[in-house]
Amino acid sequence: MVELKEPLVVSVSPHIRSADSIQRVMLDVVIALVPPAVAGIYFFGGRVLWILLISVAAAVGTEALLQKLMKRPITVGDCSAIITGILLALNLPPAVPYWLPVVGAVVAIAIAKMVFGGLGRNIFNPALVGRAVLLAAYPVAMTKGWLQPLWWRTEGFFTSTVADAQGAAFDAISSATPLVKEATPDPFTIGDLILGKVGGCIGETSAICILVGGIYLLARKRIFWQMPVAYIGSFALLMALFGGTRHLTILEEICAGGLMLGAWFMATDMVTSPLTGRGQFIGGLLCGFLTFVIRLKGGYPEGVSYSILIMNMATPLIDKYTEPRRFGVRPGAKRR
Amino acid sequence: MKLKSFRGGIHPPEFKQATENKPIERCPLPDKVVIPLHQHTGSPSEPLVTVGDTVHTGKKIGELTGFISATQHASLSGEVTRIACAPHPLARMMLAVEVTSDGNDEWVPLHAASRETVASFTPAEIRERIAQAGVVGLGGAAFPTQVKVSPPEGKRLDLYIANGAECEPYLTCDDRLMREKPRDVVSGLKLIMKAAGVAQGVIAVEANKPEAIAALNTEVVKEPGIALQVMNVKYPQGAEKQLINALTRREVPPGGLPMDVRAAVSNVGTAVAVADAVIRGKPLVERAITVTGSAIAEPKNLLVRIGTPFAHVIEACGGFKEPPAKIIMGGPMMGFAQYSLEAPVIKGTSGILALTKEDVVDDSYWPCIRCGQCVAVCPMKLMPNKLGILVENGRFAEAGDTRLMDCMECGSCVYVCPANRPMVHWIKFAKSELKKAAAKEKAKQK
Repeated sequence: MVELKEPLVVSVSPHIRSADSIQRVMLDVVIALVPPAVAGIYFFGGRVLWILLISVAAAVGTEALLQKLMKRPITVGDCSAIITGILLALNLPPAVPYWLPVVGAVVAIAIAKMVFGGLGRNIFNPALVGRAVLLAAYPVAMTKGWLQPLWWRTEGFFTSTVADAQGAAFDAISSATPLVKEATPDPFTIGDLILGKVGGCIGETSAICILVGGIYLLARKRIFWQMPVAYIGSFALLMALFGGTRHLTILEEICAGGLMLGAWFMATDMVTSPLTGRGQFIGGLLCGFLTFVIRLKGGYPEGVSYSILIMNMATPLIDKYTEPRRFGVRPGAKRR
Repeated sequence: MKLKSFRGGIHPPEFKQATENKPIERCPLPDKVVIPLHQHTGSPSEPLVTVGDTVHTGKKIGELTGFISATQHASLSGEVTRIACAPHPLARMMLAVEVTSDGNDEWVPLHAASRETVASFTPAEIRERIAQAGVVGLGGAAFPTQVKVSPPEGKRLDLYIANGAECEPYLTCDDRLMREKPRDVVSGLKLIMKAAGVAQGVIAVEANKPEAIAALNTEVVKEPGIALQVMNVKYPQGAEKQLINALTRREVPPGGLPMDVRAAVSNVGTAVAVADAVIRGKPLVERAITVTGSAIAEPKNLLVRIGTPFAHVIEACGGFKEPPAKIIMGGPMMGFAQYSLEAPVIKGTSGILALTKEDVVDDSYWPCIRCGQCVAVCPMKLMPNKLGILVENGRFAEAGDTRLMDCMECGSCVYVCPANRPMVHWIKFAKSELKKAAAKEKAKQK
C-alpha cells in the first residue's frame, strides 16, 4: 500500500498561483522609470545620478530604519521604497542641493507611508507628499534650481556640487521651465519638448522617454490606460476650449512641465488611485480638470502634483461609486 | 463557430497533457469500500443494511430521507463489516457503510430497458429511475439529479445545458467521457430534458478539447433539439452561473438558482450516469476520475468504484514517484486538500491530485497594493480585495453587506493576486462566521 511519510499540507483552495508578485510589480515600475531617469541624467549631468542614488538610498534606509525601530519585519525587499525614491528625485529640479532629496525621502516614507501603516495603506502618493513638503519648506531651491539642458557640455559632466554649478557660471546655465511665462526660458521648439531638451524637473523633461516607460507599464498591465488617457485628454480639451490666451500651444502644454510624468507614473500609482478602469477614468478627468484650473487660474505655474494629491483623496469615494455592477442584478430590470 | 464566454476569469496553465490522451481504465477492485451516507447536497441517506449483511454490487444500501436527498448502493459484493464514522474527503468524519469484498463482484440483476421502453418512459418514470440509481451531479457539488430535473410548480425551464467545459486545470475525465461515450452523453441529456420538460439542450465544451467536440458532433447532428457549443478556454467557464451567462447572456440573480432564469446545468458525466441508470438500470456505483499531479507515478483516467480509498486508487497509478506534500480532491482551483489517504472516492470526486513539495504554493502573503487585478477577474463582479481586508479585520457583518455571499469561491482572485492574499480562505471563514451569527440571532429571538 502507498503510505505517507510526512503529514500532508491542508490549506484552502486555490492550490495554484500565477507567477506574479509584489516584487515583480514594483520591478516593472522601476524598469519603466529607467528611460525618463536616463534622459534626466543625460540632459542635466552627473549630479542627477547622485540625486537619484541619494533619494533612493534615503527612501529605502528610512523604511528599513523605521521598521527596525518598530520591531516589524523589514520589507524593503518589496522594492516599493525604491520607486518612491526614484519618483521623488524625478520630481526635483536638477540644481537642488544634495541634502534636499534626503529630507524629501524621509518625509515621503516616514510621514506619507509608514504613519499610515506601510505598503498599500497610504492615502497619498508618498513621492508627491515629499515633493509638496519640499516645495513649501524650500521654495527657492524648488523653484529656482533649474539648469539648462546639456549645460555640462561646457562645464563638465561631473561638475556636481551646487557650489560648482552655482558659481560664476550659474547664471549662464540656469534656466526656467517653459510653463513660467514671465521668466522666459531659452527658446525651445516642440521637438525639444518632446525629446526633453528644455529646463524642468529631472524626470519631466523628455515626453518621449516617459511615453516609452508608460507603454511598457501598459503592456505589462501594471496601469490602466484610462488614467493617462482621461488625464491628458481632459486637460488638453479644457485648454483648447478655455485656455485661449496662454503662451503655449496644446501640444507644448502637454509636453511641458510634469503633466506627462504625473499622468503616466504618479496618478497611476496602484495604492492611491481607483481600483477599476471606470474609476481610473473618473480619477483622470478630475486630475485633468484640476491641473487645468491650477495652471490657468492658480498662482503657481505647475499643478500636476496637487491635482494628483487631491485625486488621491477622492479615491475611496470614486471606488465606492464605481463598484462593478452586481452579477444577476441589471439596473432598472424587474427582479423575476 | 463563435466562441462564447463570460466577463472576467483567468487563464491558468492547463496541465492536462499528462492524462488527456489516456483512455479511461478500470481501476482494480479494492478489498473494501467505505461508502459515506452523506456525499451529496441535501439530507444524508438512511442505512438499509446492518453489520453482517451480505450485499451484491448495485444493492441499495442507503435510502432517501427527504426531497433533496440521494440513495446509496453497494459498489462491491461482500459483507457489510462496519457502519461507523470514517474519514470523508469533504468533512473530517462522516457516517459510512464499509463493505468488505468477497472478491466475486457479483451484481444484483440490472433491469435494462429496450429502446422502445425507454422512449415510452414518462418524465416521472425517468425521475424515479434516476432517484433509485442514486444519480447526483458529478461535477463536484453532487446535487441530487432527480431534484434538478423536477422544476417546482410554476417554474418552467427552456434550456438544459450539459456542462463539458472542464475548466479546472489537470482534470481530463470529462474530456475522456465525451470522447469515449458521446452517445451516452447525448442520450443522457435527452432523458434529462424529457424529465425536466425542456425542448432545447446544449452541450458546452471548451475549445481545448477538439477530439471531444468532434466525437460529440457526430452524435449531436442526429438530434434536432440538441446543439453543441464551443466555449472560450477560460476559468471558471464551467461554473453554472457563468456558463448560463455565456450561452444566453442571462444572469442568475444573487442567491438564486439557474431555474430563476429558466435554465439548468448538469455535468456531462451526470448525463452518462443518467443514461446508465435509465437505459441500463445501473445504479451509480462507479465514476470516471483523473488521477494526476507531480507526485503520481503514472497519471491516469480511471473508472473507480464509489467508496474506494484514495490510497488504493493511487496504488493503481503506480503509487507515488516522489513523496506527496499535498493531496487534493478535485481540481487545483476549487479542490479540497486531504489529510488522509483513507478518504474514499465519492460521487462528487472528479479527480485526485497529488502534488510534490515544489508544487505546493507558499501561503505567506503581503498587504493589498490595490492593483485591481482581483476586481478585474472576479466572475461575480465583487471587489475581493475589499472583502479580504474587511474579514482580515474581523468586520464580518460589513463584509456580508458587500455581497460576500455572492462569492462562489472560484479562486480566480487568489490566483492573480501579486500579494498572494488568501481571499477565498477569508471569505469561507466569514461565511461560516455569518452563519453562526445568524443562528445565534435566531436562537435569541426564540
